[in-house]
Amino acid sequence: MPKIKRRHFLIGTAGTAGALLVGWLALPPRARLFAARALPVSPGQTALNGWVKIGSDNTVTLMMAQAEMGQGVHTGLAMLVADELDAAWDSMRLEQAGFDPIYNNQAAIADAMFEPDDHGLARRMGEHVVRRILREIPGLAGTGGSSSIKDEWLPLRQAGAAARLMLLKAAARQWGVPLAECRTDSGRVLHAAGSSASYGELAAAAAREALPDTVTLKSPAQFKFIGQPLRRIDNAPKLYGTAVFASDALPAQLLYASVSLCPTVGGKVARFDARRALTVHGVRKVVSLAPVAGGIGAAGVTSGGVAVIADTPFHAMRALELVHIEWDHGGAQGLSSKKMFSDLTQALDTHEGHAHLSRGDVEGALRGAAQTLTAEYRVPLLAHATMEPMNATVQFKGGAATVWAGTQAPGATRGAVAKVLGIATDKVQVIVPYLGGGFGRRYLTDCVQQAAALARETDGAPVQLIWSREQDIAHDYYRPAFMARCRAGLDPAGRLVAWKMTSAGSSLGAPFFADMADDGASNTAYQFPHARVAHQSVESPVPVGIWRSVSHSYTAFFVESFIDEAAAAAHHDPLAYRQSLLQGNAAHLRVLQRLAQLGGWGPAPGVAPDGTRRARGLALHRCFGSIVGQIAEVSVNPSQQIRVHRVACVIDCGVAVNPNLIRQQIEGGIVYGLTAALHGEITLDKGQVQQSNFHDYVPLRMYECPEIVTEIIADGVLPGGVAECGVPPVAAAVANAVYALTGQRLRSLPLKLA
Amino acid sequence: MTTLKVNGQTLSVAAEPQTPLLWVLRGELRLLGTKFGCGRALCGACTVHLDGQAVRSCVTPLALVGGREVTTIEGLGGPQAQALRQAWSEVDVVQCGYCQSGQLMSACALLTSNPQPSDADIDSAMSGNVCRCGTYPRIRAAIHLAAKKA
Repeated sequence: MPKIKRRHFLIGTAGTAGALLVGWLALPPRARLFAARALPVSPGQTALNGWVKIGSDNTVTLMMAQAEMGQGVHTGLAMLVADELDAAWDSMRLEQAGFDPIYNNQAAIADAMFEPDDHGLARRMGEHVVRRILREIPGLAGTGGSSSIKDEWLPLRQAGAAARLMLLKAAARQWGVPLAECRTDSGRVLHAAGSSASYGELAAAAAREALPDTVTLKSPAQFKFIGQPLRRIDNAPKLYGTAVFASDALPAQLLYASVSLCPTVGGKVARFDARRALTVHGVRKVVSLAPVAGGIGAAGVTSGGVAVIADTPFHAMRALELVHIEWDHGGAQGLSSKKMFSDLTQALDTHEGHAHLSRGDVEGALRGAAQTLTAEYRVPLLAHATMEPMNATVQFKGGAATVWAGTQAPGATRGAVAKVLGIATDKVQVIVPYLGGGFGRRYLTDCVQQAAALARETDGAPVQLIWSREQDIAHDYYRPAFMARCRAGLDPAGRLVAWKMTSAGSSLGAPFFADMADDGASNTAYQFPHARVAHQSVESPVPVGIWRSVSHSYTAFFVESFIDEAAAAAHHDPLAYRQSLLQGNAAHLRVLQRLAQLGGWGPAPGVAPDGTRRARGLALHRCFGSIVGQIAEVSVNPSQQIRVHRVACVIDCGVAVNPNLIRQQIEGGIVYGLTAALHGEITLDKGQVQQSNFHDYVPLRMYECPEIVTEIIADGVLPGGVAECGVPPVAAAVANAVYALTGQRLRSLPLKLA
Repeated sequence: MTTLKVNGQTLSVAAEPQTPLLWVLRGELRLLGTKFGCGRALCGACTVHLDGQAVRSCVTPLALVGGREVTTIEGLGGPQAQALRQAWSEVDVVQCGYCQSGQLMSACALLTSNPQPSDADIDSAMSGNVCRCGTYPRIRAAIHLAAKKA
């Protein structure tokens, strides 16, 4: 993903440019209404624009550019169209969109390039240009960065409203009545005199109507679906086992492949002996795979390996065990977790880092402070561990490829497969079924590149490569390990006057001007009078990549833990202390105030009815355009294990398209974040990942799952992100609660009491 | 050939006796609702019923199934299953859905043997089923709701 140093756009933000604002709001979405080529239609279907098709059976088909990986985006996006189109909810159908630039995810890319708080002239001009450029490049659809609703909020509503207006015009023309006398109701156009026609009956005529120059979108008071807790449209198939995931792809003559990758990061195959494996019934071929780079938002490579292609998955797995492989371990054999953290420590000892926030005179303020605090935090490598292990199915026949891949980035997948097979991208069809979890892992194309390489070996038969869980855990693109060194200076009244934080860790391969490694710390909402937040890139051969909430997964832990330390040193209430640093920031203060009520902030809970002694901890964070606060209530059992009983969460996400989906995502984010807070840790020794499955890379399970309550604030104009926002605060909220309970300050994840 | 009773049908399968039931179901019988998650009975995505008992099909060799009745998510029925599916839908449990076949199989076995499970019962019956989307609170609520309905 091309990133421009977003902070450069901060220069000269004090502009007034209402006209421009209208320009960039109006132009790109308007330009996203029609695809370059007419949509493919089935018999009886009529396309009214690049997003909406209406069938003679009255079904409304939405062209779906986003991947459903659990976040509910299929439901949420369908609601946007259905509302403005005034469709019947049960008439909505989905079809995978193609690669036209109108389906590009502009918000994900723009969000990565610009500061969330920056609404100034330079940003608007920059974003305008970026969005115009993105309108021209095909294949940049993608699902990630909590951006889907944000991205399609206007284009989909405009598509629905434009289609509705064309249906109204067609009816008015047919009936010879003024347009103003016609109205719509749940998939029908009605006239005051009693005429009535369904959308299906009118669609063909509507397609001949001129596209309206302008459309008026509904005001929030007029919304029928938006804001309602509608049920998910993917419930039924997922309750009867009929939902199709990529690993359920079943083209005729399907072959299966199993792979063993070099256990050392970056390693490859030296030689292998497949003679015994080839005697196994059903085995077709044993193939060496070269190391491959995962691609977007990641650094490092997937190790090379050996794959067995067979007629059944079990034959492939069993024969794989019989292949004798000699590895070329490469240069990473000296790598260990200990070495990685000592490299990070050394970087912090010897470098000041690249400053992304520099305010006032932080060194002077620290020298003059009545009290100073110093602390060092660290977080480990983390695997994504999607429930559906990495897999891809590829058929290469007659110079063209068909790919079944649960991918967050279909365009990148298409490009990667085309490159492996040496064919043009338009010879690659990518089918995106449901994703069995994504969390950033499925942005990467390593597995599909391997499957494409195998598809060259099968004489046109499709081949499905399924990684074992062991491969999945040991060959991830991990959330990077990070350290942060923090210093704070307090004045005699305990007020935080100086804040210094330097982090060290991977920048995911981004050059310094596009480095987002300290996002969430360098753009903190706290108004420290003197501050410096800097990052020092430290790269290693370990593959690293984007992991649900990306940098926020650790910056929130650093910032929100250290703020809590400062509040404790000042003998101030942690909530009041945060309020004092957010004066004038009404949105953040409101989240804190509602959170205090929801989470029962105040006197410590003491002894709970179950006999456990409990305490609460608080954390607040802004990410992906939303503000999220959490209060965790914890106890510690006699064997010193931390137990989280309840998490209260308040999110201000601007607009709540479907409160039910938002609650689901907050719950999911909290559970994902708690796994990292309490258990998650990938370690290396001799260049090899030491974890292999769910017994040693431990997910949160039912018996550990807290009660979760969520309150949504949604009185804004534009939607913020949701799906990643539950993750960042929870580790700090729990650590702060543990401190309140035990007096032990835990500065390392996963949280372990001494 | 091995004879297998699956979802009320008696079928012949070619797989070798040591083949895990999961791969017989997925690879040969094309019953794709049962999912591969870990291969080591650690995550529960592959849960099916053998004579009504929840088992992990990824570590159950075909040879051990014998004459017992195999039920997969595709064949899961009866009042408990109906109540659970309705509750799952009302509570909006599913997210990515990949683990949900296994979750429902475990929940149905629980509800069949214990019509009014406590939170502790749910913890012990359901903690073998991993969900990375974090649907646990809703699974708990849905099981309680289904218990009221069944």
